[in-house]
Amino acid sequence: MSNTHADTVLFVRDTMLPQQDPPSSTIGAIGWAKENLFSGWINSILTLVSLAFVLFLLAGLLPWLFSPTWSMNSLTECRELLAGDHGACWGVIRERWPQLMFGFYPSEMYWRPVLTIVLLFVAIAPILFAERVPSKLLGFTAIFPFVAVWLLWGGTIWGPLMALLGFVVAYFVFGLADKYLTSALALIAAVVSALIWWGLISPLIEPALSSALPIGLETVDSRQFGGFMLSITIGVTAIMCSLPIGILLALGRQSDLPLVKAICVGFIEFIRGVPLITLLFIASTLLNIFLPPGTNFDIILRVMIMVTLFASAYMAEVIRGGLAALPKGQYEGADSLGLDYWQAQRLIIMPQALKISIPGIVSTFIGVFKDTTLVSIISMFDPLGLANAIRADQSWNGIYWELFIFIGVVFFIFCFSMSRYSMYLERKLQTGH
Amino acid sequence: MTTSIDPPAASFKLSMLIYDTRYRSITFQTIALIAFLIFIGWLFNNTAQNLADLGKEPSFGFMTEQAGYDINQRLIDYNSQSTHLRAAFVGLLNTLLIAVLGCITATIVGVLVGVLRLSGNWLIARLMTVYVEMFRNVPVLMWIVLCMAILIESLPSPRDFRGETPEASMMLFDSVAITNRGVYIPEPLFSRGLGDVSVGGVFGISLDLIAVLIVLGAGLYGAAKIRKRADVIQNATGVRPRTWHTRLAVVFVPLIILLVALGFHLGYPALKGFNFQGGTHMRNSLIALWLALSLYTAAFIAEIVRAGILAISGGQTEAAAALGIRPGRIMSLVVLPQALRVIIPPLISQYLNLTKNSSLAIAVGYMDITGTLMGITLNQTGRELETVLMGMLVYLAISLSISSVMNWYNSRVKLVER
Repeated sequence: MSNTHADTVLFVRDTMLPQQDPPSSTIGAIGWAKENLFSGWINSILTLVSLAFVLFLLAGLLPWLFSPTWSMNSLTECRELLAGDHGACWGVIRERWPQLMFGFYPSEMYWRPVLTIVLLFVAIAPILFAERVPSKLLGFTAIFPFVAVWLLWGGTIWGPLMALLGFVVAYFVFGLADKYLTSALALIAAVVSALIWWGLISPLIEPALSSALPIGLETVDSRQFGGFMLSITIGVTAIMCSLPIGILLALGRQSDLPLVKAICVGFIEFIRGVPLITLLFIASTLLNIFLPPGTNFDIILRVMIMVTLFASAYMAEVIRGGLAALPKGQYEGADSLGLDYWQAQRLIIMPQALKISIPGIVSTFIGVFKDTTLVSIISMFDPLGLANAIRADQSWNGIYWELFIFIGVVFFIFCFSMSRYSMYLERKLQTGH
Repeated sequence: MTTSIDPPAASFKLSMLIYDTRYRSITFQTIALIAFLIFIGWLFNNTAQNLADLGKEPSFGFMTEQAGYDINQRLIDYNSQSTHLRAAFVGLLNTLLIAVLGCITATIVGVLVGVLRLSGNWLIARLMTVYVEMFRNVPVLMWIVLCMAILIESLPSPRDFRGETPEASMMLFDSVAITNRGVYIPEPLFSRGLGDVSVGGVFGISLDLIAVLIVLGAGLYGAAKIRKRADVIQNATGVRPRTWHTRLAVVFVPLIILLVALGFHLGYPALKGFNFQGGTHMRNSLIALWLALSLYTAAFIAEIVRAGILAISGGQTEAAAALGIRPGRIMSLVVLPQALRVIIPPLISQYLNLTKNSSLAIAVGYMDITGTLMGITLNQTGRELETVLMGMLVYLAISLSISSVMNWYNSRVKLVER
């Protein structure tokens, strides 16, 4: 025993060994695959099964998707070209592209909806990207709705202009009255003056102006609207109007005044309790019955009103969630600064509450935009309604998948980019740690 | 020396209605009430006048008139001689059927997808993400119409099942036929059945079904009792008696005895003539709607489940593990009860959405309450106001009862704070 010890050399390492590379099976693609795809026998089976599923799907789908049928003019031509092979018939998208975009809008006036869309992006840019776009553009945002209505429906320019001037009158009256009265009274005065303008003054001036200076575009009937233009028109209007109405409803629901609260709760719960389609039935059949005899206004406007009401109720609940999530100290802090109710809402409460509810607000927006497809049920020609109309055509009889895929992809692009934007906004407004 | 002086009791001035906070709220509410009443009165006035002009006095008498149309998918007896009221009731049952079926499937798929999205397996997680984003960002109406088109266009017609070498064949030992006219599944039949009992002379309920449900309920109740006793024994002695076999027996033995006594057997669909006969026929419209609504809602439920699981901090799991609790029990005793508190409220509002979305059935011709009452009945009688109003009230009743269940649950599981 002691002999062996005597023979061994005393060895003490005086330098560190150089660090070795990790085993090749734990780094790089192999390591990644081992960790993320084949980390156990269950995972390996799952991976292989889903890989097989994906490959099977792609093998069936890709040849179908990439079929050289872009220039075909009818389904029979496609079938002749494909000669029995499976393949999509993309000619329908090329041939019906203007219709899918604009519905039955007169083709020589396509520049009007296109210009409206471009202006829409200009108008929402200062809201979406506040720090990169000069805020002077907000003025244009304010007049955009009137420009858009004039461009899309046409007619004399004086109608939208008079409507716009009503708001200007209200604004100045409010500014004037606010100096002498409480803000609530000033608001009432502003509303009354605007109503007087719209109801009494502008009907007198407008015909005179129209005959003196007949500036206008050719009128386009609402029935000619269709395709994605219709979806976007209804969707954008409902989105823009539902946010302020929703805020008011949410505040009303939180109000100390029992009567206001009861009205708001009743409205919200009623709207949220019924499907949108019943509200659209009201728009298409009943709204005229509720209004004074002889009133007969535009079907698109009626649908817009109902979709806006629908979206407002959901928006109100989302914003109520944001209000409830604010710590009570914020309300008390605002009170202790001596701010009145509206100042506190505007400066302290709403900026924070809206920030908290951004995900909910955007998902309501997405929901509203998707729900615009429901108008096809009351026989308006949104993209899905048009798909049926196109299928009724002799040359495209029996075409399904190409249209569905196209419409689905366009909706996906819109909705997905909205949700990505909301994530960007959340990150940008993130002030916590 | 300071003395506190009460403000002089000022005499009431008219301006105090606005400037004095004691009166201001009353003033504003009175104004709001008057405006609201004027608005409502205006609506009523307009409606009455318009209806009088059209010569349609509001009345619900048409509901007892003969409907004169057929409903192909129905749960209770109905024919074209039945009344509009009965047609509406058939529609309501169809709405509830699709809602219940859809909620069950959507929950199963949604929970599965939500859990798999958190899986460590990269490929599976990505696939589930693709599924969720694909379904959430495309309108549900398009999914419904697409499912209908897939069923009609890509499934074999009953004709293909014929001949010596048929192009299509039945599945699951010749018991299920999937065709482009719908799916035929075996139906439960009772050779020594008890017959039907009539409820108020309006519709009949199968006594067999009631008997089976009672026995099943009693069995489940007994099983729950046995389990409670096991809990008590475990608390007292620390040893948990093995009860799963007795519990299974309590549930299934009486049920099987009852089924044998009633002469339970399955009626298989069979090809006769141009179509399948026998079995239960689930129409394409039902299946398309069921499939589309379930898959669409499941995408939302998956996100809710994922958020619920992520909301439970890892410290909870680690603390439970430090106490020596086994992983399965950590899930059932620590994580799940807390996650459910986060998951259940939005889950129920998804159920609500599914029920409301089922009104899109009209797009594929499934006869739910929108299709019967607000569809054909409206068109036949021209009673827009009454039918749409009734339809809305029905949906409102369904929604409010679901949300009251939610409120009851919320108040039960709410964390008790100071």
